[in-house]
Formats: sequence, C-alpha cells, structure tokens
Amino acid sequence: MSGAAELAGLLGLAYWAETSIKLGVALIVIPTAALLLGYLFLLKMMAFMQSRLGPQDVGPYGTLQLIADAVKFLQKEDIHPATADRRVFRAAPVVVLASSFLLFVVLPTGPDAVVENLDTGIFYAMAVSSLSVLGVLMAGWASANKYALLGGLRAAGQLIAYELPLILAVMGVVIQADSLNLQEIVRAQAEGEIFGFGLIGNPFILTQFIGFLIFMISAQAELTQTPFDMPVAETELVGGFHVEYTGFRFLLFFMAEVATAFAFSALATVMFLGGWWIPGFDFDAPALNVLGPVVMLIKILVVAFIIFWIRFTYPRLREDQLQKFAWKVLIPLSLANIVVTGIFKVVV
Amino acid sequence: MVAQNIAFGIIAAITVAAAIGMVSTRNIVHAALFLVAVLGGLAANYVLLTAEFIATTQVLVYIGAVMVLFLFGIMLTRAPIGRIPRMTGATWPVAALSALALGGVTVYALVDRFGTDSLATDSRVFRTADVSDSVFSQYIIPFEAVSVLLLAALIGAVVLARRD
Repeated sequence: MSGAAELAGLLGLAYWAETSIKLGVALIVIPTAALLLGYLFLLKMMAFMQSRLGPQDVGPYGTLQLIADAVKFLQKEDIHPATADRRVFRAAPVVVLASSFLLFVVLPTGPDAVVENLDTGIFYAMAVSSLSVLGVLMAGWASANKYALLGGLRAAGQLIAYELPLILAVMGVVIQADSLNLQEIVRAQAEGEIFGFGLIGNPFILTQFIGFLIFMISAQAELTQTPFDMPVAETELVGGFHVEYTGFRFLLFFMAEVATAFAFSALATVMFLGGWWIPGFDFDAPALNVLGPVVMLIKILVVAFIIFWIRFTYPRLREDQLQKFAWKVLIPLSLANIVVTGIFKVVV
Repeated sequence: MVAQNIAFGIIAAITVAAAIGMVSTRNIVHAALFLVAVLGGLAANYVLLTAEFIATTQVLVYIGAVMVLFLFGIMLTRAPIGRIPRMTGATWPVAALSALALGGVTVYALVDRFGTDSLATDSRVFRTADVSDSVFSQYIIPFEAVSVLLLAALIGAVVLARRD
C-alpha cells in the first residue's frame, strides 16, 4: 500500500486518479487473462492432446477465435425460461463474475505492482472466492429447471467440502511465512534459505509440498474442472447450473470460470513458487515492478497448464467418491500438515 | 470524515432496506438473498470502522458458509419459485416486539457506553496481528469458552443426526 502510494505521490496523482488507473488495469487484465488461458489451453492444448488441430481459420493459428466467439455471444438474444425467477436469474452470473474480479484485487506482481496490498491478503482471497457458490446456487434455483437445480446443489456441496482443505492447506504457508499478507509471503520465500544456501531463496513448494498438492487438488474442485466436474456433468445433467443460460450471460459464467482458474494459479504461484521475485535481485528493487509481472505470468501459465492437463486427462469421480475424498483424505491430511508445520516452526 | 459519513449513510440505507425486504418478501429464497445483502452491508460497515479482519471474517463465515448452507438446505427441501401464500406466521407481532426490545437495549447500551466518542481521524487499519494478540492474551478466557461451546454444539449435532 505504502509503495504504491509513494509511487503515486511521485507521479503527482490524486487518490481518485490512482484508483481509476488501477480499475482500468484490472478491467484490461481480467478479460485478457481469460482469453489467454481459454485460447492456449482450452482450445489449442486440448486439441493437440486429442490429436486435432483446434481453431485454424480466425487469425494466425486461430488466435482470434475466442474474440469471434465473444462477438457471437454478444449478438445473441437475451432470453430466459418463462417460469424462471427473472431478477435472480439475471443477477447470478454477475455475482459469480464479481467474485473472480475481487480475487484479482490482492494478487501481487511486483514490490509496488499490486492493486491493494491488504494486510489480510490470503484470507481475503479465500473469503471472496467463496462468494461464487452463492451465484451458482442462485443460477441453479432461478432457472426453474431440475437439471440446473441439481447441478447447483452438487456444485454447492462440492465447494463447501473442498473449501476447508483449501483454507487449511494455506494455513501451513501462513504459519511458515508468519503473515497473511501476500507480499510478506513472497518476502519470506525470497529471504529464506535452504540449509544456508540463499541464492534462490526458499520457495515454499519445497517445505510445504503436501500443502501444495492439497491446494492444487482443492483448487481443481473449486473450479469444477475434471475429475471434479460432477456439477456440470453433461452426460447426466445436460450442462449443470448454467444449462438455461445463453448469450452474454453464459459468456459471463465462462469468463468467470477461466479468470478464476488464472487467479488460483496466481495464488499458488505466490504462495508456493516464490511469486514475482527473481533470484539475484533485492526484494524491493524497482526493476521488479517491470520484470515481476513477466515472471508471474510465466509461472501462472505453468501452474494453469497442470490444472488443464489434469482436466483433459482424468475421468470423472462419482459424487460419493469426491465427497469421501474431501472429508476422509484431504481434510485429515491438511490438519496433519498444519500440526507438523507448527512443530517445526516452534522447534527450528 | 465527510466521505466516510456519506458512505455510511448509503450502506446503512441499503442494509435497512434489505432487512425490511427480508422479513416482508413472499419468497423464501428471496428472503435468504436479502439476508446476504444485510450481512454484506454489515461487512462494508466494518471496513468503514477500519476493522479489515472482522469484515473479511464476516464475508467468509456468514456469506460464504452460513448463507450458502441456508440456501443449500432450503433448495434441498422445498423452494418454489414465485409467491408462497402463507409466509407470515401468526406470531409475527411477538417477533416484532422482541426485535424492537433487543434493538432498544443494544442502542441504549452503545449510547450509554460510547456516547459521542468518535474514531480518531487519522486512524489506520487495525493490523490483524494486533487483533490476534489481544484475542490470545487479554480475551483468552472468553475465546476458550466460545470454542468449548462450539465443540459441544458440534457433538450435539452429530448425536442428534445419528439414528443408531
């Protein structure tokens, strides 16, 4: 907060000007992130993994396919089922998208390059990411469609079950870094040492590897990606909670899903892979404000690659299997991880 | 502090309107969604009081968990779209009276204790570390009492839910 404020002071910006610049950056970054992941992984990588070519015609290598799709979605008529609860039906995609927009507020990409460096950073991220469940339930109920309602209920049950291990996995990192603040978590990794060897710092994936695994599995479930895609299983539910949505309201759901995948990859990067810090630089070197976002983007793409790789590879879990897996495996494991981390924190 | 006062007025108006909507609507899911708006308004007010941690906890616990469970339970049992003919129970005057009494006691206690005290104009956001320091030193006994109470409630729920 202070860094960005100082920078704004140097440039002679008023508070409102600073805020509107940040807002503009966020409005550009979020759709771009969704487009990037959607094109790279959903279209091209999935096609290559399935021995297809993917989009070819729109732009070089089909790069403009998603923009063409977006234009198509915007042209469609805004319809809703005759018996639907209209107001709730319309509000639901906005709630889901707002949840993923709010996630981007705390993601740090450099010593000063962050929208708002909240003191409770990671805790805030967990809180706003849980808001998307509300939108999903609203969509499922307001559609006046049994399949949509079942999909919404399944999604809610799954998100409740996997939110616990997600938060508990984060606790290990918080204990080790002594802070909830995302910048302080990056600092703890940058200034850490591996048995006295401090050149590359101490990325928490080394000490918190179990936490990293639990976080990635739970994130996969939170994003309702295969193998945890029971809520949107098209063979049983046609399409889940968004079955009645079309046009730009469906586009909002789609954008929220991909943008949240991007944000969760960014959180994993910050907490486990050292964030935006580059070995050899001082922690608050001004150059990192420019180089940091590039490093972040590369690491985010690697993490997102893993998420989508698993999505396209594994078969779907049954409903009872995925509930059992969360309550009987992930939660006890993450509690054990917290205990062990706590013991090491006190002893070492 | 003018900006904060204006913000408080707007947030308070939305919160009160949502609260009235919650008790007067004829649809049970709408009532739950109005309650979400009320709880969100309270979280926004905590931010105005520079209590960032409390506001985040409010969102995580009440909106992200409690309200989702509410909605989940309502939708799993019976949640028709449209108006429900008999949403208002016969005992509503009693409920209104007790709400009024509780509100009166709370307002009296707050005015009596704090009167015209105001937040320092240069007050910074309370650090989360300070909050946890005071919870685990000054307020450790109430904290432990609440955790034992919650544990008892948890065990009670499990006992009630088990049929064997």
